[in-house]
Amino acid sequence: MNVPDWIIILIKSAILLLVVVTTFAYAMLAERKVLGWMQLRPGPNRVGPWGLMQPAADAAKLILKEDLTPKTADPLIYRLAPFISLLTAFSVYAIIPFGADASGAWAIGNVNAGILLLMAITSIGVYGISLGGWASGSKYPLLGSVRATAQMISYELGMSLSFIGVLILAGTTSLDGIVNAQVHQWFIVPQILGFLIYIITAVAETNRVPFDLVEAETELVAGFHTEYSGLRFGLFFIAEYVNMLTVSCIATLLFLGGWNAPFGLTMIPGVVWFIVKISFFMFFYMWLRATLPRFRYDRLMAFGWKVLLPLATLNLVVTAIIVALKG
Amino acid sequence: MNPYGPVAIYLCVALAAALLFTFLPGLLGRAKPNPQKQEAYECGVEPTSAVHGRFPVRFYLIAMLFVIFDVEAASFYPWAVQMHALRVFGLVEMIVFVIVLAIGYAYVWKKGGFQWR
Repeated sequence: MNVPDWIIILIKSAILLLVVVTTFAYAMLAERKVLGWMQLRPGPNRVGPWGLMQPAADAAKLILKEDLTPKTADPLIYRLAPFISLLTAFSVYAIIPFGADASGAWAIGNVNAGILLLMAITSIGVYGISLGGWASGSKYPLLGSVRATAQMISYELGMSLSFIGVLILAGTTSLDGIVNAQVHQWFIVPQILGFLIYIITAVAETNRVPFDLVEAETELVAGFHTEYSGLRFGLFFIAEYVNMLTVSCIATLLFLGGWNAPFGLTMIPGVVWFIVKISFFMFFYMWLRATLPRFRYDRLMAFGWKVLLPLATLNLVVTAIIVALKG
Repeated sequence: MNPYGPVAIYLCVALAAALLFTFLPGLLGRAKPNPQKQEAYECGVEPTSAVHGRFPVRFYLIAMLFVIFDVEAASFYPWAVQMHALRVFGLVEMIVFVIVLAIGYAYVWKKGGFQWR
């Protein structure tokens, strides 16, 4: 039987998307469980055994809730904003390789401009948040969204500069190529500063604690999504968690050797290692949320522009000097 | 197949999924609107002033600075990928570029461009 290529890719795409959405659902449950344990309480445990059906219950509830649009809102852009957030969050997975043999089984597309395309897609995500807050026609969302926009673009600089050290060492922008360059040594060792900068900016880009100024409950009610209800609110939520997953994937690919096994444990397949590394980052996010208080806004901006930007530039200059002189 | 072919197919699937999620609440959610529900949220009191109002000019400044420094970051990329081939020549080129950049950065810092007031 001869199945055309595009049908296989279509099926793979659908499966991948299903996996991403399911991972989102259980990442959310895991976060509530982990936060529960860290605060010495059981977490959700009523729906299904051990609370495992909680995501399904949440989804059904959100879908059946009333979809409200404030009369001061711009109806078209109000509906467009969560769509943009969700679409950009999903789109990134088109180029992320999950295992060795990236041109075949374990990735959708293996393009040579990997990181550039990744940056291009993820940067669009800020539109969802800024338009959503602006179109709500309400004060708190407007304030939340201008804050969010300023925060996300400021930290995007540090993020794009922190990649450059890795690019110098790997000599390619293809994600597959970068992972293959880490067979002998993960880039977290020579690029420890770049890695730290990336982790900090990644938390800020996904608007998570301690950089969740965007939805600072004590000041802004719920930030840019104050007016959203039902599934439209849920879409922002899905986008946020899928973005967390995305930055975990990028951190794994760029700094933790992707699917390369540590300590020569190659009998365990690369995909398993990839999942283990991503899970570590997801847990790290939850841990942060249970531990740290929120930044103050002026300090947040000062930290991004006065500390992270010069440090990232210093990191890339030092890396370049070492590569140029030692080769 | 062109490597961007699969990417395009995946993007179509993602688009379909996002459209489905966007139209689902209109189809399945219940709708019983009333004037109170449609007010913009303002801690329970009636909204007092125009909502598409002004916001601090600081945010515009941040946006302009972002454009400058992001273009700068993008111009590092092609150089970084070729670093192994360019060696010392590339290093000198880049250091000149970083010095020019640092002058601009120091100027903005001195003018208080990074100071949030």
